[in-house]
Amino acid sequence: MTASLMQRLRPWWVPLSIVALWELSSRAGWLSTRVLPEPWAVLTACWRLTLSGELAEHVAVSSARALAGLAVGGGLGLLLGLLTGTWRAAETLLDSTLQMVRNIPALALVPLIILWFGIDETAKLFLVATGVFFPLYLNTFHGIRSVDAGLVEMARSYGLSGLALYRQVILPGALPSILVGLRFALGLMWVLLIVAETISARSGIGYLTMNAREFLQTDVVLLGIILYALLGKLADVIARALERAALRWHAGYQGATA
Amino acid sequence: MMMSEIDTLQLTRPLPFVGEAAPREMPARRPGHGAAVAIEALSKRFGERQVLSEVSLRIAPGEFVALVGRSGCGKSTLLRLVAGLERGDGGRIGIDGEAPDATADTARLMFQDARLLPWQRVLDNVALGLSGADARERAREALAQVGLADRARDWPAVLSGGQRQRVALARALVHRPRLLLLDEPLGALDALTRIEMQGLIERLWLEHGFTALLVTHDVAEAVALADRVLLVEDQRIAFDEHVPLARPRARSSAAWAAFEDRVLQRVLRQPDLPVRAPAPQPLGRLRWAV
Repeated sequence: MTASLMQRLRPWWVPLSIVALWELSSRAGWLSTRVLPEPWAVLTACWRLTLSGELAEHVAVSSARALAGLAVGGGLGLLLGLLTGTWRAAETLLDSTLQMVRNIPALALVPLIILWFGIDETAKLFLVATGVFFPLYLNTFHGIRSVDAGLVEMARSYGLSGLALYRQVILPGALPSILVGLRFALGLMWVLLIVAETISARSGIGYLTMNAREFLQTDVVLLGIILYALLGKLADVIARALERAALRWHAGYQGATA
Repeated sequence: MMMSEIDTLQLTRPLPFVGEAAPREMPARRPGHGAAVAIEALSKRFGERQVLSEVSLRIAPGEFVALVGRSGCGKSTLLRLVAGLERGDGGRIGIDGEAPDATADTARLMFQDARLLPWQRVLDNVALGLSGADARERAREALAQVGLADRARDWPAVLSGGQRQRVALARALVHRPRLLLLDEPLGALDALTRIEMQGLIERLWLEHGFTALLVTHDVAEAVALADRVLLVEDQRIAFDEHVPLARPRARSSAAWAAFEDRVLQRVLRQPDLPVRAPAPQPLGRLRWAV
């Protein structure tokens, strides 16, 4: 019992001792609070902002932006991926253009985006949407193209066509690849949101940290960084759960269902 | 009108039930359900390579025909043409007078790999392409016929190769096809499972009375199952004989061994290779020859 608990705690030893050492050096005065606030200060800042309701508000605003960007960019990526994956004509027409645009880093568009949309919500949405578009587009396209041709032939010879063929064979076949795209997109989503919110914002986690920087509140800055990390992890956990649920049939996930 | 045509064909086809003991523990053969297949001067080429040239063949309703031949001889292509998965370059195919249509219910194809949808449970795989309220009930029945009723809720990934092929067989039979096309369906199975599957296919064929066209490179399998064995060679049907064995067939019988050997010898007969003058060889190579 205790042995298995120790076993389970083992991965946490290193991070816990780092935090302990950090707390110790702050208390001893070896580490200036201007460089790094003590962990306890971060916790109290978190508690203070939770009580005032600021924390919930900023997290909600940031999450809403991230999800809106994902819905627009990811949705478009998925649709275009399905289109070019399914019809050769669409591929000929669109794919090489998209492959060219893909090589532009989304962040290189920042000056242009500011010129186009100013610094309000549209700019943030646009930046996140362009970032998440490509992982979903590429993986959807690839997924559709790599569906086992033998299965498609079998399904056709068993009378499936059109929507039924798409729903029962092509989409499930492409799903593993689409979900990989989604996980990439979720990672990029937060990176781009941080950039967008750091450039300018009147609310959100980025606003919280930039504002705290003005007032040298390093504890709040650190809290913001930790929040981003937690939200990123949360998105990944959700994506994994989605994979497990959608790919129950897959040999790699079979253990969970038995 | 169609029925009378089938009846005539049924009467004119030679009966393989001669000699040996009467069938035991075998379901009575159900006549009349199978489709007649007529192939006339069928040709097919892939690019420069002629695969079939002017092949003609008639299969009576309810008959079990096996196509054997070396790999790459075109026997699978012939089957795919009948299934409507490929189009011929010349000639015509009639299944009860209709051109092959991959989407029609008349014919069903069983592939060498089971081709089950890995993301659908066994029962849904069998019900693929069925419609109507009783689809799942019919699928359950078909699954019971191949002895896998208790695996209905499983994923295909956990089944063995033989079980997957049995699911594929149930999936084909649930449509009550009048022509069952089998493209080396047992090629990837171990010897014991093959014999078991052959028995199952024969039993279901006798029960349902469909016409069956089996492609195989295993002569023993052809002799075990078929009324008639055809050899595809040099783009044509080079050999066409009725199997002179009554059902159920005993693998140990002398008649079986004799017939199997005859087919095998015919399959193995080397086509005449063009005789080439031996090329002048360097001295080093000659020394090896001495």
